[in-house]
Amino acid sequence: MTDASLSAVLPGFPQMLKGRWGAGGMSLTVWLGLLGVLLTRWARFGAGWGGPLDHQIASLTVVAGLLGAWGWSMFDVSRPAEMERSGIGQWSLTARAFKKNRVAVIGVMVVVWIYLIALITPLIAPHDPATQASLLTARLVAPGGEFPLGTDHLSRDVFSRIMYGARISLSIGFIAVGISVTIGTLLGAVSGYLGGWVDTVVMRFVDMVISFPRLVLLIAIVALFESNSIFLIMAVLGLTQWPGTARIVRGEVLSLREREFIEAARALGFSRRRIILRHVIPNALAPVIVTATLGVGNVIVLEAGLSFLGLGLQPPTPSWGSMVSDGRGYLLDAWWISTFSGLAIVLTVVAFNLVGDGLRDALDPRLRT
Amino acid sequence: MPLLEVTDLRTYFTTDAGVARAVDGVSLQVGTGETLGIVGESGCGKTVTALSVLGLIPSPPGEIVAGSSIRFNDEELLGVKPARLREIRGNAISMIFQEPMTSLNPVLTVGHQIEEVLRLHRGLNKRDARATGVALLAEVGIPEPDQRFDAYPHQMSGGMLQRVMIAIALSCEPRLLIADEPTTALDVTIQAQILDLLVSLQRKHGMALLLITHDLGVIAEVCDRVVVMYGGQIVETGATEEILTRPEHPYTQGLLASLPGIGDRDVRLNPIPGTVPSAVDWPDGCRFRDRCSFAWERCAESAPDLLPVDAGSSRSARCWLVDPDDSSSGLAGEPT
Amino acid sequence: MTSAVDVTSNVEGHGSFDADVLLDVQDLRKYFPVHRGVLGRSVAQVRAVDDVSFRLQRGETLGLVGESGCGKSTTGRAILRLIEPTSGRLFYDGQDLEEFDRAQFREFRRRAQIVFQDPFGSLNPRMTVGGMLAEVLKVHGLGETGVDRSARVRELLDMVGLHAEHAGRYPHEFSGGQRQRIGIARALAVEPEFIVCDEPVSALDVSVQAQVINLLRDLQRDLGLTYLFIAHDLAVVEYMSDRVAVMYLGKIVEMTATEELYKGPRHPYTRALLSAAPRRDPQAGQTRERIRLSGDVPSPIRPLPGCPFYARCPHPGKDEDCQSAVPLLEEKAPGHLAACIKNPMPAGRA
Repeated sequence: MTDASLSAVLPGFPQMLKGRWGAGGMSLTVWLGLLGVLLTRWARFGAGWGGPLDHQIASLTVVAGLLGAWGWSMFDVSRPAEMERSGIGQWSLTARAFKKNRVAVIGVMVVVWIYLIALITPLIAPHDPATQASLLTARLVAPGGEFPLGTDHLSRDVFSRIMYGARISLSIGFIAVGISVTIGTLLGAVSGYLGGWVDTVVMRFVDMVISFPRLVLLIAIVALFESNSIFLIMAVLGLTQWPGTARIVRGEVLSLREREFIEAARALGFSRRRIILRHVIPNALAPVIVTATLGVGNVIVLEAGLSFLGLGLQPPTPSWGSMVSDGRGYLLDAWWISTFSGLAIVLTVVAFNLVGDGLRDALDPRLRT
Repeated sequence: MPLLEVTDLRTYFTTDAGVARAVDGVSLQVGTGETLGIVGESGCGKTVTALSVLGLIPSPPGEIVAGSSIRFNDEELLGVKPARLREIRGNAISMIFQEPMTSLNPVLTVGHQIEEVLRLHRGLNKRDARATGVALLAEVGIPEPDQRFDAYPHQMSGGMLQRVMIAIALSCEPRLLIADEPTTALDVTIQAQILDLLVSLQRKHGMALLLITHDLGVIAEVCDRVVVMYGGQIVETGATEEILTRPEHPYTQGLLASLPGIGDRDVRLNPIPGTVPSAVDWPDGCRFRDRCSFAWERCAESAPDLLPVDAGSSRSARCWLVDPDDSSSGLAGEPT
Repeated sequence: MTSAVDVTSNVEGHGSFDADVLLDVQDLRKYFPVHRGVLGRSVAQVRAVDDVSFRLQRGETLGLVGESGCGKSTTGRAILRLIEPTSGRLFYDGQDLEEFDRAQFREFRRRAQIVFQDPFGSLNPRMTVGGMLAEVLKVHGLGETGVDRSARVRELLDMVGLHAEHAGRYPHEFSGGQRQRIGIARALAVEPEFIVCDEPVSALDVSVQAQVINLLRDLQRDLGLTYLFIAHDLAVVEYMSDRVAVMYLGKIVEMTATEELYKGPRHPYTRALLSAAPRRDPQAGQTRERIRLSGDVPSPIRPLPGCPFYARCPHPGKDEDCQSAVPLLEEKAPGHLAACIKNPMPAGRA
């Protein structure tokens, strides 16, 4: 059976047989997983196209995922063995080094799966996260059967709530880190490159922001605005995280600034803007990527903490942190409420940390020239 | 009996791209009190040879292949117990490196580092170690040695630090000093001072010197005999004067022709075309043939051995042109 | 007070046309302040470049030689205004660099370029070679369309001895010599007339050095370039340069035509330098004069009064006069300047 025909049925499998279990495994699990979803949730999938945006995205993700996995595998299988690619950039080298780190690759797979699940949640969640089933019979039901991970004190399905909670955590994580990395990188680069009073002003500002205790600040702002809007939380988390990135970027830029290729750019009459954007920042990104990845885990924990304290998103929005908090009173009788939500937090954060550490190792001395 | 006798040394490194045969069959001898120079460009294997002698090759990924032999003072160093090797290092065989700034520990004073060696190998107590250390600093020409003893490396210039390195290397009266590009990082006037120092110390202590460099001028000034390396092998050996005035191997000839000498402004430089091939993938036959203007079929068919240039002379070259039995060497001089 | 340097560089019989003088450097100084203490006050000055003057004729190569700390690299960068001079005047093609507006400065950046020493650090590791060269062309408006620019990139690569397929590769995929060629191609992309070569071959292997030296010479001949060739290797400087200036502690101590300098150096430092350079001819080792300087290259922070070279000077006639005033760079023989009051004296053998 040729590779191509094997790949047509089980994309990713021939690659795994050849030892490329990272790429192959990713492709195969996505294919099989999404196929399974499609087959078991056919009705919902069909209905999804006409439904709310959520559901459309979910159905779209399934289709895109299946096509992507299949297409990639077919393309990969048809490529000649050692394709002579001219130009092995720094990112390809990093990818190569990264792939050697098994644990990090697992981390990436977990992260990708968590994102996929978050996207297709409307299709696969067995119940609506806010719907309360019968308060008489379905309250605090143990895991199994209709409620795979049990129900909580309001007869809501824990499993569905965890899945919807993933969307919350991940989007907060992503957006908060996105904000902080953008602000931090720009300010750090400008400050480091221009030096002088710009540098002094920005760095004193950084010192100021960093000296605020983050969680306390979050609590104060939420209390002040009397709003638990998800956007407020994202904004506050993002706006308090950027100083770390700024400092790191500034450090990189300070040493990059003296490198001869920067001097060459100046000698060639390039504007400062061009130099900062096209020459300095791309070379300073390595530590930023690492901190961003680790930062997502950090933000998820922070948000969970906030919700745990009751200051995060309000019910019935299913945040993992509030689920852990809800389950606190029932730890002995209905351990599944806190446990599974807590595990979800741990799994996600660990996965991000593994990816971040893997990136740090892969980026480290190789690109430090 | 030579002081150091290296026979068929092979040091290979395992890399992602394959096995890099950095040193591939090197044999040399250094007699007591003699100066041997190893000259070659980057990638020829000269530094790896030196590190192999002292057992300083990191063990993955590098490995000294079985069949190699390094005999010092009639003692085989390969396979010897690590403790014995540590006894020899810094003691009977010393080494100095190219970058004095990074060879010394920046958080310890210079004196501390000299004392360390003295206390370890000669068992001196602190007071004697200090006195000996100061005397050593004076011997290598450091002014105000008593004060400099307590200075930190960053407070001293490159030339001074190299002198300190030499002092440390000499502290246990080694029989052999290996110097790996000791003056490459230094200014030319300082280089001259350091070379003079090395030569005078060598004479005074009766020490043998194995000098590794890429600079033929340094070889000319300091070495009695010279070994030219290319592609992990020795391609020419002989007395310095002969090699520099009548080189036999095309690579040596090419090296000499590609340097501007003082006084030849109008002569166009004749660089060796091409670049050094990768150690993972040495060409078949003679490793130099792709860049050699005298190469002919025989060079691709088989790799030449190190052949004596004239019967009975100590000169040899790894080149078919030198083979007295080969009548086809009459083609020499025809560029291919 | 007359400027010590008022000599027209007419060693090649060009005569003193001002139009032929591409670069006129007058009394250039660059001092770097040393900050100490909590408030970061400036407590001393590092006199990296201390009153340097010379002229560069169109089409010639002036070699600038000296050991580390002598200020040659700083001079090169100050001339291009990559570092702002502390004082002094720079005239490029007759115009005062101080008075350039933005447009003129941009133009200057096209006409005067630099090639660096370090083949590893002088290229952006994240850009392909082709991308790098195309960017230069784009910024300066050389080449209307992407297609034009690609063609020009291929031309540039060809000029420096590389191939078109190299355009898609990244710097780390090349050897040191090739990277240096890329750096040269980059400098040539703006079609300059003057290039400061800052130790362009010092970091290269011997056989590669020769290739790059040949390339630089060929380019000069083909494109009519003017070079300021900064190096510490005396043989290379001699080979490349028409005239040579020797620097010590921020000052030029001798300047003359190349053959003159190497056959009959007049400043004691030049003589020591030439004597210290290791020679490949083992015979010469025995017969030429050996001058060994004692001590280290001093730091340019606290210059003592008088001749900067006094402390290490091996001149037999050195005395208190040498310490009383800084010797001026004066003409000791036609076209041959030296800064030593004990000159003229019989020139020694090189």
